[in-house]
Amino acid sequence: MEKENVIVTHELTKRFGDFTAVDNVSFAVQKGEIFGFIGANGAGKTTAMRMLCGLSLPSSGTATVAGFDVYKQNEQIKKHIGYMSQKFSLYEDLTIRENIRFYAGIYGLRDERIREKTDLLLQQLHMKGAERTLVRALPLGWKQKLAFSIAIVHDPAIVFLDEPTGGVDPITRREFWSLIYEAAGRGITIFVTTHYMDEAEYCNRVSIMVDGRIDALDSPANLMQQYASASMDGVFLQLARKAKRSGD
Amino acid sequence: MRMLKILLWKELLQIYRDPAIIRILFIMPMIQLLILPLAADYEIKNINLGVVDHDHSEYSRQLVNKIVSSGYFRLKDYSATFPQGLKAIESGRTDLILEIPTHFERDIVKDNRSSLFVAVDAVNGVKAGLGGAYLQGIIQNYNQEVRTQWIQAQRFDEQPTIEIASADWYNPHMNYRVFMVPGILVMLVTMIGSSFAANNIVREKEMGTIEQINVSPIKKMQFILGKLIPFWLLALLVLTIGLLIARLVYGIVPLGHYSTIYVFATIYLLAILGLGLLLSTYAQTQQQSMLVSFFVTMIFNLLSGLYTPIESMPAWAQLITRFNPVSYFIEVMRMVMLKGSGLADIRYQILALIGFAVFFNGWAILNYRKRSG
Repeated sequence: MEKENVIVTHELTKRFGDFTAVDNVSFAVQKGEIFGFIGANGAGKTTAMRMLCGLSLPSSGTATVAGFDVYKQNEQIKKHIGYMSQKFSLYEDLTIRENIRFYAGIYGLRDERIREKTDLLLQQLHMKGAERTLVRALPLGWKQKLAFSIAIVHDPAIVFLDEPTGGVDPITRREFWSLIYEAAGRGITIFVTTHYMDEAEYCNRVSIMVDGRIDALDSPANLMQQYASASMDGVFLQLARKAKRSGD
Repeated sequence: MRMLKILLWKELLQIYRDPAIIRILFIMPMIQLLILPLAADYEIKNINLGVVDHDHSEYSRQLVNKIVSSGYFRLKDYSATFPQGLKAIESGRTDLILEIPTHFERDIVKDNRSSLFVAVDAVNGVKAGLGGAYLQGIIQNYNQEVRTQWIQAQRFDEQPTIEIASADWYNPHMNYRVFMVPGILVMLVTMIGSSFAANNIVREKEMGTIEQINVSPIKKMQFILGKLIPFWLLALLVLTIGLLIARLVYGIVPLGHYSTIYVFATIYLLAILGLGLLLSTYAQTQQQSMLVSFFVTMIFNLLSGLYTPIESMPAWAQLITRFNPVSYFIEVMRMVMLKGSGLADIRYQILALIGFAVFFNGWAILNYRKRSG
């Protein structure tokens, strides 16, 4: 059965002066898929993601996200995506409840819907009773889970996660991924960058970026077979060693 | 509209939660308005006088007495020779020397003329200028007295003199507080307008939350209004506190209408907030935005006519003041408070400020991008 594509790029490129951060990248992401974007630091993952989110203007190539063109309809795209940046970006001086209300509000959710969503979310995150805590006071793992839940509070078609589990303990990472699976089950397409290879194995398909190009794109099982490796770690190392750019 | 409501709710909540903002907002105006007007006074008092009297006559003593009893001078040094008197100036004990020559009295009585020598330490230009002028005034006055004493004997030889009678309008007692308080109030409102909003936006950049905003469907205008309105309200609140202090503490009641002040302040704040906004679109860190806005407001304040009259600046500096929104507000404040000017009298200033507001905000909106190139 042919699935609908929610992200399609063709020779998408981003140059900063002489430096080509993203080099002729073409791929398609299907609806409801968990799509992993893997690469060493500085391989161009974040830049590629920022172009798709409408935060950065591509230098050349084409791309559509949720059926909208990244050049002309970037404001339309924004209504249909969620985004969780590498840098934690909830308001630390607002409470959990206030953050939910604010982000739900700017995506145009009605008050009643916001209340329902807040209850649901607090329950799901086991944060009932803590809703009046300032976000500043939360442990990092809680903050990340909260940030993810808030990024999808408006039920977007796609959510972009930029290294969402950086610096988080293994148990919280596992909990985080169960949240991701739950969202994917509801039909939200997940586009996630990571350096954790065990997380790469959780994805439906993985693309590996080396020096701004996509060197491999397939399901983890196929990649492991193709590169004759028992784990994604092995696959990644074989590809990443070819890199000429040094990481940051 | 709903979007704006959410943004304002969040902004006000954050301001309310920030103890530093609240403290700065209320304590700063109080302290500035209670201390500065009393200290920042142009009137020069306590000038330290050194006298070198070679005459030791009745007249020379009368003259020194007259100078000291004026209240502006303090007799700090009484030297026998001029070099000794100069030492007192060098060591900073005195600010000026009055040298009375030998035969001062005899010359006046016999030849109808005599001379005095005044040497002024001009390191502090204002003090030197005013001190010298006061001293001259007193000596002239003394001269007049001496003359009337002697003129009675020869009344046919009357010299024509022009006497000047001046009336000080709008500030009849030449009260410096009346003049300074409105200016200081303008300075305060300017500081809040230009740096608070700018810092707030830059903080979102630093925290990374601005990216979360940029990736959302919030429109540029909504975001900017969401930032401007809260600080616009805060600045008007501080203005109100300031006007209350002016009235209750200094008894300064504007001759014009409070409404005129508020109408002008509203437009003025749009311009100043626009400037802050513009700075914030360029600054990447709060440090940058603080330093730049500090620099800009300092120049604005010094070239605003608050401390020195614009009319006495060189022509090129006067030209700069035409592009300084602060100078317009200070002018208007003084006009409304002291002269009782109404909206019709300040229409030119209002138009200028609307121009500034359009310019700064337009530039800021053009320069604020949700997407980088």
